[in-house]
Amino acid sequence: MKRTLLRAAIFVAVLLVIYGLGVACEAGFTEYVQRIVLLAGINVILAVGLNLINGTTGQFSIGHAGFMAVGAYGAAYVGVQLAPVAHRALGTGAVSNAFSFNLALLAGALFAGLSGLIVGLPSLRLRGDYLAVVTLGFGEIIRILFNNATFLGAATGYFGDDPSGLPAYTTFFWVYAWVALIVVLIHNLTFSQTGRSLTAIREDEIAAEAMATPTTRLKVTAFAISAATAGIAGGLFAHMQAGVRPEDFRFEKSIDMIVMIIVGGLGSISGAILGGIFVAVSLELMRDLQQYRLVLYALLLIVIMIVRPQGLLGRRELYQLFRKRKAGSGLESSR
Amino acid sequence: MTQLLQQIINGLSLGSIYALIALGYTMVYGILKLINFAHGEVFMVGAYTGYYSAGALGISAYEAQHRDFPVYLGLIVLVTAMATAALLGVLIELLAYRPVRNAPRLTPLITAIGVSLFLQNAGMLLFSPNPQRYPAILSEVRFEFFGVIVTNIKLTIFVVALCLMLGLHLFVQKTWTGRAMRALSFNIDAAKLMGIDTDNVIRSTFAVGSALAAAGGILFGLDQITINPLMGVLTGLKAFVAAVLGGIGSIPGAVVGGLLIGLAEQLTAGYLSAEYRDAITFVILILILLLKPEGLLGVVRVEKV
Repeated sequence: MKRTLLRAAIFVAVLLVIYGLGVACEAGFTEYVQRIVLLAGINVILAVGLNLINGTTGQFSIGHAGFMAVGAYGAAYVGVQLAPVAHRALGTGAVSNAFSFNLALLAGALFAGLSGLIVGLPSLRLRGDYLAVVTLGFGEIIRILFNNATFLGAATGYFGDDPSGLPAYTTFFWVYAWVALIVVLIHNLTFSQTGRSLTAIREDEIAAEAMATPTTRLKVTAFAISAATAGIAGGLFAHMQAGVRPEDFRFEKSIDMIVMIIVGGLGSISGAILGGIFVAVSLELMRDLQQYRLVLYALLLIVIMIVRPQGLLGRRELYQLFRKRKAGSGLESSR
Repeated sequence: MTQLLQQIINGLSLGSIYALIALGYTMVYGILKLINFAHGEVFMVGAYTGYYSAGALGISAYEAQHRDFPVYLGLIVLVTAMATAALLGVLIELLAYRPVRNAPRLTPLITAIGVSLFLQNAGMLLFSPNPQRYPAILSEVRFEFFGVIVTNIKLTIFVVALCLMLGLHLFVQKTWTGRAMRALSFNIDAAKLMGIDTDNVIRSTFAVGSALAAAGGILFGLDQITINPLMGVLTGLKAFVAAVLGGIGSIPGAVVGGLLIGLAEQLTAGYLSAEYRDAITFVILILILLLKPEGLLGVVRVEKV
């Protein structure tokens, strides 16, 4: 009982802090900087979600932009359909907006999670590299489908029925509330018994299977969760941009996500957070060098893989860096 | 009936290009268990080398309608591109893949994606992102049999691809290096113990695979008329699917898979909708992974601890 109360207090406190920071951010920063801050939050969601499958479970998705696209289109479409209903039931205030926004985000996450299930079921039974190719193909197919889906605006993109585009629901508060929620959920999952099983799959799938770990089921579940978080990020992105276009979700987007988790350290949640922020900031800093950006990213990937394949933090969390390492206690694998 | 035959002929010619590229994927995968994502870009570089060397030899995209170029010029273009691509393949292996060869499985995979991305974007900077019209190394001649149109270009593509595949078959079956390659794909550690210089054999595998991809690139340019720096992405993926379909690691499998993918693509474009010609490949991939993951001609390998 006491614990529950404490948790509720922490929950409220975190929301209040996020709200306060949001007010401060809107007062203190220019709109340009605010946009980068929002993008950084969205990136963190993407990176933490992708890290669950690529880092913790040791599978490899290189088409997560596809799931993000599903979530973005899903949330945008559902949001547009829901808004009038919510207005009738709850009025036109912030409550009604919050209601239809979050429901739309959840719907987007559901669509993305389901498509993750569809993609994962056949390919996750096999070696990880097949998954890489299937996800890559999926990302392309999704983009082709949205490019041809007339009820979603085809190649021009989906902007809702209103001429001003989708409602700009995405604010600092909502982005970071979702960031907090997803980081906590993924963190708890990673350090739960299920998380241990996922790590076991990464370390040695055959051994894990011999220990009666239901490897396929766990891999597919982790993959669907990871796709769903990408869907949330997509929904937030859609309502920040006032619309979604198929070209927002090109292969480059998937590469951005991979850079995020590799720079920080595959398998480290705090690494993913740092990586997400790094990519958001470096994208802005390199804006003038657009055509060199991907060359640099590619070189960065190769050099990191050769010099420090575990990334900046390796598999450790930030708070573990300052803790004395006990012998044999680490999550660090022997390889 | 005529239309079906026409689609089959087009499909076979496209499929033989896929088969040439798929061979490189399958050979590298067979030995290193690595999906060489950069292979599609080697194909692209091969096509561009062909483009520039043809330009240097005075073959332009437009003049060819009035002039006939001797066949040996075409062969020079082909050999230049194959040699350049072989060099590129060896360089990629040396600089990017060798340092991570013994790392956990994901590390080489990410490196390969990095190399692929690097070559794509370097290509955009060097060759310009705009599509280029491919030099007409052959001037088109049409033959008609019972209403089915066969161009000399489609025939050349098919014949050149066939010759190269035959050459590869002889190389792998009859030469010492070829036998070493087969030994490596069977068991790389045992091969090393038998005194085979594995580094050298891996290098030749990359060289041969890349040269075939470059030939594919030139044939692709002849067939599709335009090339661009991102052409390797989708074509490379399709060729990879072809390798998986035929059974990855199997050389005849890559040929069969390539021809089947080419046929499937042309038939989809002809009978369903041209928009779904790219999607059909991935549908095939998912089906084959579900139903027969070892591929049509692959062998089931039990994973041992």
